[in-house]
Amino acid sequence: MKMINCPLNGLRNSSEFVYGGEVKDMPDHRNCSDREWAEYIFFHDNAVAVVTEWWLHAPSSYWFIGERHTASDEFLRTYDPSERFNTRVEFAVPVVESEK
Amino acid sequence: MPFSLLKYGLNSDFPYEKHADLPSPSALKSHYDVVIIGGGGHGVATAYYLAKYHGITNVAVLEKGYLGGGNTARNTAVIRSNYLTPEGVKFYTESVKLFKELSNEFDFNIMYSQRGQLTLAHTDAAIRGFRQRVAINKHFGGQSELIDPQQIRELVPSLNMNPADMPVLAGLWHTDGATARHDAVAWGYAKGATSRGVELHQLTEVTDVVVQQGKVTAVQTNRGKISCGAVVQAVSGHSSILAAKAGFKLPITTYPLQAMVTLPVKPFLDPMVSSPSLHCYVQQTSRGELVFGGGSDPYPLYSTRSTMDLKEGLLANAVELFPAIAQMRLMRQWGGLTDMTSDYSPVMGLSPVENYYLDAGWGTWGFKATPICGKTMAQLVADNGKVPALIKPFSMERFYRFAQVNEMGATAASH
Repeated sequence: MKMINCPLNGLRNSSEFVYGGEVKDMPDHRNCSDREWAEYIFFHDNAVAVVTEWWLHAPSSYWFIGERHTASDEFLRTYDPSERFNTRVEFAVPVVESEK
Repeated sequence: MPFSLLKYGLNSDFPYEKHADLPSPSALKSHYDVVIIGGGGHGVATAYYLAKYHGITNVAVLEKGYLGGGNTARNTAVIRSNYLTPEGVKFYTESVKLFKELSNEFDFNIMYSQRGQLTLAHTDAAIRGFRQRVAINKHFGGQSELIDPQQIRELVPSLNMNPADMPVLAGLWHTDGATARHDAVAWGYAKGATSRGVELHQLTEVTDVVVQQGKVTAVQTNRGKISCGAVVQAVSGHSSILAAKAGFKLPITTYPLQAMVTLPVKPFLDPMVSSPSLHCYVQQTSRGELVFGGGSDPYPLYSTRSTMDLKEGLLANAVELFPAIAQMRLMRQWGGLTDMTSDYSPVMGLSPVENYYLDAGWGTWGFKATPICGKTMAQLVADNGKVPALIKPFSMERFYRFAQVNEMGATAASH
């Protein structure tokens, strides 16, 4: 069976892992339009390339990020999300009409 | 041996090419009214109906490989209409009706065999879902009914009624369920289209789509540039890649789907049997082989490679359903690419680019829709972008309006 290198648990069988979708920048959900939100949720690059994806090691409930080629199925790198998400994300508070 | 066959064999012109099914390859013209990208079932069916019903024959079907060599050749050739939503049932019921008449229409045998499809329920929740599907199917002219374990035993005596300790509680019996020879469907449409003047260009790959002021004007191919009035993209398995060339994203993720077939044995299995809980469907072909299919792979990939773990999982469940087949030998296995949408319905109709029409998102349900797809896409092109009512619910816009058409519960094997 194919093995995937989990940053927390080392090499494990691929059957222990769950795919979690492409890593994308989330639009500001409090201010973006419905269209932008739909685009973020439903539309994907789905390219033949080295892609950055979310993966879950299900037995340990550990989410991480993998860089994988979508034609050769080769993982180039896997790493803890803290490497990418290292600052707190602040979304602007929407301006409510009545508070103006 | 019939005398005519002997005469045919001894004919000096043998092999006899005077009535070849397809015309010889020709040079590309510099302009076509309609360019159809993808020479699979959907592409040639669209060309066929454009020529037959709308008199549009200045059409080129561009295929990077050979006719029907992509996912048209890789599916498991199941035809059924027992879906869940009114939109889906109406659409696929129309397709089944067209399929029934195809052999006569083509004067070419597509080996349509209506043997019925039996879906098994192992839980109360599944029975509830079946009741809903039966009601919706009957309402829109399909033929489905809920049957009990005794009726299932009579229909499929070889079935284990307690597979993997999940007793069979009821069945969704869809008498419209059928199978047909998938290559013959593609060839029948191609023959009908080319005899009406459509050009089929194999080994012709589209490398770029030229869009000017939001409107498609030409396609670049490995054999030169072609200007065109309209483009239809029908490239299941590569929809996102082609759409990216036209400059937009699709609500699609591409997963491999694996299937396999055994050596032939005497006929013992009449209907097609599927169990969504066991992620498995089994049917016996007219040649006696057992075809197994299951869910798509667990994660996206653009490769038709096979994996041992998927085979083990799928076959373990197939043997649970039919213990007698445990000693049978696999003859062949293969993989295809499935363009999955999040609601398990296709993406058809208009795209963000003017005159560029989409026939995409065909996941694991494309073959059964071939005739109705061709017919509605041809109508869409002929009416210059006025979307036929039957495919309106499947527009790409539905994702922006959060108006999905959820057919997830109606797949033969959950994915």
